Amino acid sequence: MSALTNVLRSMFLWELLSGMALTFKYMFRPRKTLNYPHEKGRLSPRFRGEHALRRYPNGEERCIACKLCEAVCPALAITIESEPREDGSRRTTRYDIDMTKCIYCGLCQEACPVDAIVEGPNFEFATETREELYYNKEKLLANGDRWEAEIAANIAADAKYR
Amino acid sequence: MDEFWTGYAVPGIWIVVKILALLVPLLISVAYLTWFERKVMAAMQLRMGPNVVGPWGLWQPFADALKMVVKETIIPTKANPGVFLLAPMLTFMLAIIAWAVMPVGEGLVISDINVGVLYLFAISSLGVYGIVMAGWASNSRYAFLGALRSAAQMVSYEVSMGFVIITVLLCVGSLNLSDIVRAQENVWFIFTPLLPMAVVFFISALAETNRHPFDLPEAESELVAGHLVEYSAMTFGLFFLGEYANMILMSAMTTVLFLGGWLPPLDIAPLNWIPGPVWFLLKIGALLFVFVWVRATFPRYRYDQLMRLGWKVFLPLSLLWVVLTAGVLMAFGWAPGGA
Amino acid sequence: MLIQYIAFYVFAAVVVASAFMVIAARNPVHSVLFLILAFFNSAGLFVLAGAEFLAMTLVIVYVGGVAVLFLFVVMMLDINFVRLRQGFMQYLPVGAMLGAVLLVELLLVVGAMTIKPDIEALAAPMPPVERQSNTHALGELLYTRYMYPFQVAGMVLLAAMIGAIVLTFRVRTGVCKQNISAQVARRRADAVEMKKVVPRAGVSGGL
Repeated sequence: MSALTNVLRSMFLWELLSGMALTFKYMFRPRKTLNYPHEKGRLSPRFRGEHALRRYPNGEERCIACKLCEAVCPALAITIESEPREDGSRRTTRYDIDMTKCIYCGLCQEACPVDAIVEGPNFEFATETREELYYNKEKLLANGDRWEAEIAANIAADAKYR
Repeated sequence: MDEFWTGYAVPGIWIVVKILALLVPLLISVAYLTWFERKVMAAMQLRMGPNVVGPWGLWQPFADALKMVVKETIIPTKANPGVFLLAPMLTFMLAIIAWAVMPVGEGLVISDINVGVLYLFAISSLGVYGIVMAGWASNSRYAFLGALRSAAQMVSYEVSMGFVIITVLLCVGSLNLSDIVRAQENVWFIFTPLLPMAVVFFISALAETNRHPFDLPEAESELVAGHLVEYSAMTFGLFFLGEYANMILMSAMTTVLFLGGWLPPLDIAPLNWIPGPVWFLLKIGALLFVFVWVRATFPRYRYDQLMRLGWKVFLPLSLLWVVLTAGVLMAFGWAPGGA
Repeated sequence: MLIQYIAFYVFAAVVVASAFMVIAARNPVHSVLFLILAFFNSAGLFVLAGAEFLAMTLVIVYVGGVAVLFLFVVMMLDINFVRLRQGFMQYLPVGAMLGAVLLVELLLVVGAMTIKPDIEALAAPMPPVERQSNTHALGELLYTRYMYPFQVAGMVLLAAMIGAIVLTFRVRTGVCKQNISAQVARRRADAVEMKKVVPRAGVSGGL
């Protein structure tokens, strides 16, 4: 009996037709994709996007030029130079990240003792030239100012798991 | 001079007008077939498809066409330039000239020749040259492998397609496409015992047009794009247009052979008010939907499976059906009168 | 009729030119492509002669089938042109002699031939085209008067086909072959068995 049904099944292309029926049904399902530039997916607070250098609420930059991030960076994307400022505090004179090298592993923000370098939620920073991807300190600080609210919220949201 | 006008100029202009009346809608529908395919595939895969250029992405084909035209045509250094450029033109031209005999409606045909079916079959059997020439002239391994596959594939499936056509011809008794449609006035051939042949024909048409699941000549995942690897800009565009025009052509051929061409499903009041060409277009549209539907559903055949299906399943089946059809027609005296 | 004349001379000229190019082209693939062009234009000549069935058959069989296989084989040839031309001078005398013999024979045949005055009547299609399409005419002749030669031709082709299959067919043992019907007939119940596995009971614990 089962042999007969098998023969009939293959003769009437049952398997193919049932497959096609399935795709036909799916045609009327709601779409799963987002209309990207207009709609965006939810990002985790731990999302590792574009880098930013943060400041304290009083405007003082957080980075103390300990160079832990430079040391830990597996892609050797970070370059830091430092010297004492007039008030004697240790500060960076140069903080460059080569974004073309960066692998977005997040080790720099893990290593940072003062939460100065962080990877923010921004992932839309494509450029037309490679030169624009060599970030310097100004660019990173500007990023920090621009994304501070989101970054602070993310750090607060993730704090209880750390 | 008078003879020149009545004998050549007026008929000539009339032919050109008829050709344009067929070609312009055809090319526009080829362009929109790409849009239709992308939209339907997207829907079946729970995606959106093109929706940025114009309302529902309706200007997408024109954006694509513009891109094709303005990009640079690259001819590889080691390619054979003449054959390399000839191949896409040939593909496109063959897909277009086959329409000369296609009856769109009662009497609406550019050239109502006696051997219309043979003409269509001949033209579709030439489609392989575009691909083989492209594969050879590109001087690239991927392209060459694609060409070899396509040559074997198209030759194999043509055989069973020929037999399928013969079963229809046996029932009609004429090689004229309009006669074939008229023979289906009472019942379309797809609702007769020729139904399996309609299925075989449609599947062979998928193989003839190198469509999924038989797109081995261009199989992206193994041959990158087969014969298309080295083509860019408008040369690629012509291949693309030719391929989609071939899809429409094959749908039209299936419509004429099995779905009663321009005839309404039932010859009753509300249905036969709709003009024939509209029915013809509706049927082609439905078949094109099946083309896309199949692409969205099935994975690609392996090469030996493809050959097995063509030679060990379709060929004996269609041959058997030729014998059966001829036998039944003779035994019951139903054979349409010759001469 | 003017258009017919123009078409005839265009087709004829292209046939002759491309036939010449078949032997003159350096590249064998080009030769095959020119051969296809010649076939195609001869089909055009057939159409002009009112033999549209023959024209289409020519395109389907020769261009669509035979020439594809030609091209298929020729494309895969790896021809060394330098070596090909090496023996040219060596074989020239023999070739020239054969050519001369052929030429003389042809001249004799053509010289002895007289064109019959009623050639027009002979060349006209036997049942006039208006009364019967040439597909029907061909079919009637093939299946009545030339029935036996037609069947014999079919048998010869069949024998050739069987011969080709016998020559190339080999039964290989020890290879895994796909049994598609067995694969398709396989149900989920034959292949998958659901087991209730007890946690922390070791590999054999739940079985």
